[in-house]
Amino acid sequence: MKSIQELKEVSKSIRKNILKMAFTAGSSSAHIGGALSIADIMGTLFAKKIKFKEGDPYFEGRDRFILSKGHACLAYYASLFENKFLDKNDLLSFEKDGSDLLGHPVRNMKKGIEFSTGSLGMGLSLGIGVALSLKKKKLSNHIYIVLGDGECNEGSVWEAAMCASHYKLNNITVIVDNNNFQQTGSNDQIMSLGDISLKWKSFNWNTSIIDGHNFEQINSSLEKNLIDCPNVIIAKTIKGKGVSIFENNNIWHHAVITKKIYDEAMLEIEKKNGN
Amino acid sequence: MEINERNIKLWSSLGPRATLGLVVNELAKVHDDLVVLTCDVSTSAGLDRFKKTHPEKYFDVGIAEQNLIGIAAGFASENFNVLTTTFAPFQVTRCCEQIKVNLGYMKHKITMIGIASGLILGNLGYTHCCIEDVGVLRSIPNLTIVSPADSLEVVKTLQSVLANKNNSVYIRLTGGANNPIVYNSDYKFEIGKSIKLTDGDDITIFSCGTMVHNAIETSKMLKEKNIKAKVVNMHTIKPIDKKAIEDSLSSKLLVSIEEHNVVGGLGSAISECLSSFANTPRLLSLGIKDEYSKGGEYKYLLARHKLDVDSITNQILKKL
Repeated sequence: MKSIQELKEVSKSIRKNILKMAFTAGSSSAHIGGALSIADIMGTLFAKKIKFKEGDPYFEGRDRFILSKGHACLAYYASLFENKFLDKNDLLSFEKDGSDLLGHPVRNMKKGIEFSTGSLGMGLSLGIGVALSLKKKKLSNHIYIVLGDGECNEGSVWEAAMCASHYKLNNITVIVDNNNFQQTGSNDQIMSLGDISLKWKSFNWNTSIIDGHNFEQINSSLEKNLIDCPNVIIAKTIKGKGVSIFENNNIWHHAVITKKIYDEAMLEIEKKNGN
Repeated sequence: MEINERNIKLWSSLGPRATLGLVVNELAKVHDDLVVLTCDVSTSAGLDRFKKTHPEKYFDVGIAEQNLIGIAAGFASENFNVLTTTFAPFQVTRCCEQIKVNLGYMKHKITMIGIASGLILGNLGYTHCCIEDVGVLRSIPNLTIVSPADSLEVVKTLQSVLANKNNSVYIRLTGGANNPIVYNSDYKFEIGKSIKLTDGDDITIFSCGTMVHNAIETSKMLKEKNIKAKVVNMHTIKPIDKKAIEDSLSSKLLVSIEEHNVVGGLGSAISECLSSFANTPRLLSLGIKDEYSKGGEYKYLLARHKLDVDSITNQILKKL
């Protein structure tokens, strides 16, 4: 198990690789803000929670991960790199012609990508199918799904939320990246979510609200052993977290990084102890 | 399931939906990995018995079709043999993007059954009719589309697709109870291979679903006028049987008949294929002429859209 200091180092590495890939993408742009907001969650999930076996992508005892907010794939790819599913050349191929690593994840079991996502509002339904399957097989593996708060505009999220609690799927944990922004503005400007935690609670989910950049809180919220309901963690995060000019600046939802900004951002991340 | 005269008559009298329920109940005994997912339509899909007999294989996800396809894909990713069913418009057009991403793009393999497709629910209005499903699904890669000609072919299709998980399959159920029998005895059924039902040198009629019976009846009327028609059951619309089309090129006229919009369906699939050959005969494409007409009962609507045997025959004669 990794210590908090080690998790901070993992997150730092994830953030640096997010920037490297975004810079590599050049003029094709990359979703930067929403990747940086989940960097600490992803790092902790893959370092501490998600069970997998190196070199055996079909290992039956593995946990499943679904990045429902597929546009945050840079954080996913960087986490897979940390866990040796991807190598440096993979990362550098991001969004290049014929690449396996596009701007939204494409299913590729060998590289640890279990599902293609990118069209919002679909990940939880997939997770329910997997969760029911695992229960039928009497396996205790867990399913972790990361959703965006903007993604919760999609009606299909709530079809699935209702279903997961109906079937008492205690093998599902959803983490909502609640960075308060979506593509063209804040949640409140575009589509108010109101009390998002209360919404999930009213769908009979176990609900907790955490600071999505606090490793102790991320850890403890993932430790729940629930008996008869799924678990949702509302992670309060900062879009663009880790690079001051990106933070809460929605221009960086999907943008091109210049060499100057890249150098400054890398320096800032390098200097920080953790996030 | 034993295929004999008694069962064929029974399935015909029950219609495709109740036959579906019966056959799935039997197939669950053979396929241990089978799960059936529905959207609050167990009775309409003839699945009440299955629900009682195999509760561990039955999942109702409520009136939430987008969720249905996602869950089905999740099951498929864990190697279950998944069958989803609800009314055709909700099975297809409601959750088109889930079908595209989860089944087409990601290639998870499930079997979708669109019940009461075509015009059978015409008195409920076009929200419940489905004249678009083939057109919509044909544009998505990695999907197979089958439109069985009668209740026995529903049984044959289900047996075939559950035994071979090669692709996601959409099974389009048309017609209702007491639907006409096309096949009086067992026969060889293979996805993607059409079946020649009658021989004739003058014209070739391609049809699918309930229209196969009408095609046969039409060929009888044409015979009285000395016109010999080859009737082909194009049960699989995607992939289309190119060989069967190529084999028909010496006909004076090709005809397609479908209980579907003429845009995007069987006729479109045939004409796309036909256009790759030189010096081809004309194709008379019969179906619903890209409109939402006034509603009404099934027979009324078939006549209104000129899909009854008399109208089909007259339209063919006009072209000859």
